[in-house]
Amino acid sequence: MSTPIVELAGVGRVYGSPPTVALDNVDLRIDEGEMLAIVGPSGSGKSTMLNIVGSLDRASSGASRIAGHDIAGLNDTELSALRAYTIGFIFQQFHLSDGVTTLDNVATGLLYTGVPKKERRRRAAIALERVGLGHRLDHDPRQLSGGERQRVAIARAVVGEPALLLADEPTGSLDSKSGAVVMDILRELHRSGTTVVVITHDSELAASLPRQVRIRDGNIISDTGRGTTAPTLLEAGKHS
Amino acid sequence: MSLEKRSRLRVADLFALGFHGSRARPGRAVLSSLGIAIGIAAMISVIGISTSSQALVNDKLASLGTNMLTVTAGTDMYGKDAKLPLESVAQLKRIPGVIHAGSTSVLEKVHIFRNSEIEISRTGGLSVATADLDLLDATGTKILHGSWLNEATAKLPVVVLGKGTAERLGIQTPGSLVWLGNQQFSVAGILDTSPLAPELNSMALIGSPIAAELFGHTAFPTTIYERSDEALVAQVRKLLPPTINPQSPNEVKVSRPSDALAAKNTIDQAFTGLLVGVGSIALLVGGIGVANTMVISVLERQREIGLRRSLGATRRHVRLQFLFEAMLLSAYGGLAGTALGAIITAIVAASNGWALAIPPAVLVAGIAVTVLVGAIAGVLPAIRAARTSPTAALSS
Repeated sequence: MSTPIVELAGVGRVYGSPPTVALDNVDLRIDEGEMLAIVGPSGSGKSTMLNIVGSLDRASSGASRIAGHDIAGLNDTELSALRAYTIGFIFQQFHLSDGVTTLDNVATGLLYTGVPKKERRRRAAIALERVGLGHRLDHDPRQLSGGERQRVAIARAVVGEPALLLADEPTGSLDSKSGAVVMDILRELHRSGTTVVVITHDSELAASLPRQVRIRDGNIISDTGRGTTAPTLLEAGKHS
Repeated sequence: MSLEKRSRLRVADLFALGFHGSRARPGRAVLSSLGIAIGIAAMISVIGISTSSQALVNDKLASLGTNMLTVTAGTDMYGKDAKLPLESVAQLKRIPGVIHAGSTSVLEKVHIFRNSEIEISRTGGLSVATADLDLLDATGTKILHGSWLNEATAKLPVVVLGKGTAERLGIQTPGSLVWLGNQQFSVAGILDTSPLAPELNSMALIGSPIAAELFGHTAFPTTIYERSDEALVAQVRKLLPPTINPQSPNEVKVSRPSDALAAKNTIDQAFTGLLVGVGSIALLVGGIGVANTMVISVLERQREIGLRRSLGATRRHVRLQFLFEAMLLSAYGGLAGTALGAIITAIVAASNGWALAIPPAVLVAGIAVTVLVGAIAGVLPAIRAARTSPTAALSS
């Protein structure tokens, strides 16, 4: 029996006035070690879902539990701790700092965990090695290709070894070849035990992942379920 | 799971973040800290210049001594001008603590001219007085040229001129002849100016014996100059009137010229206060500039803030980052302004021949004040930054 890392129960999210419903009564369970796509057209509510799953935003109604914590009951400090240690984010726009070496960009991923700078850099170098950029430590992000930048961003997201990795359109700004490399890295991370959630509008990309959750107008319209992930593979990955 | 661990930001990392912010936009950092720099430079230079000039006055006072008292005749009970008794100086010398005492006695009807051809009414504001031989020691006046009167020359038609007197008569060297009370007098010496007895500057001094012989002058002292032990000045001051004129001590006026010099300096300080006020307004405006820059910076860096929040920064971490950045921005201005103020002071001091005297505490306070200004200016932007939604990084 796997432990759930994300549990949404009747989650709704309403913005502004007049109220706009971005998410309407969503139930979703993601188990540790899963890899899935949340797929839907723009405006479907998938970004809102990512915000709530990533504890960046709070639900207007319903309950959400991330890594066993009831989000509604956590204050800012506790939510920040959850993001610092448990959740890693990958953005479509990479959000790297120009003028800062790739090594330090990745080390920023550990900045808010209080790890000393030397140790942050050491672990950043390992993370960059892991995404195949061990030879690019001293480069400025501006000197890198889009695909390489996204790999730097992935390294930053995983340098703290989070249990949950959230990727928002990770291949959205990349050509198909670089996109494929990025997806391979995400699959590799999944194999080593990380829970990977990919948000995308690309059905083809979604189809390449073990589980697809389709979303439209704030509702889940289909979920292939977690049956497609072999628990044995998952367990094997966790112990490797 | 992992909530026992809290988000942590090391102090060294917080500093690095602050530096990173201003390094990313150096041009803007320079411009926004310029206001602060000008404000603090104005304040430091005003304080520095005033303390340097004050140091000069203090030096002067120290070399002149603050132990001199002058005694003049006041008025009697009916408001008529009183006279100091003839034996005043001799009496005064009996007061314990008195070191030197000298007097002048002005000859009201006698005037000095360059030569006999000058019209009598054109006295040039110069006066003729008899002087005790101890006058120079008592007033701390120095001889510029020639020599002072002595026992012998006091009986001869010999005169010593104040510096102003000599200039007005056009006398440059001792030995020249002047026309004094319808008689040729020979100039023995010229005095230097005396800050504590500036009235000597426009006087021509002759000996009492010759004044008595030629002009029938009885030397009632007009002004007595007295120097005593520094520690006993207050005591001597109290004893002076009853000693000089036991019958009516109220007719004796005593003053301390060094007080007047110090008072002049106090007026300078009032002016300094005004300029410091102007400087603090500049500092306030500079602070508003920093606040403005930071507010804009927060708006521009929504994504960065969002990213940091997604990496685990708490609101407090974001707040501290922006607060520290504002303080740093302001401190740059403070450092530059303090240096600039010190340079301005050094230039002004050098061109006036003063010793440079900026209290180190003022320099430290200058930088501390700017950091404080930065902290205040940073509060609003920091609060705004902390309120920025963590989802900002995603909504790009």
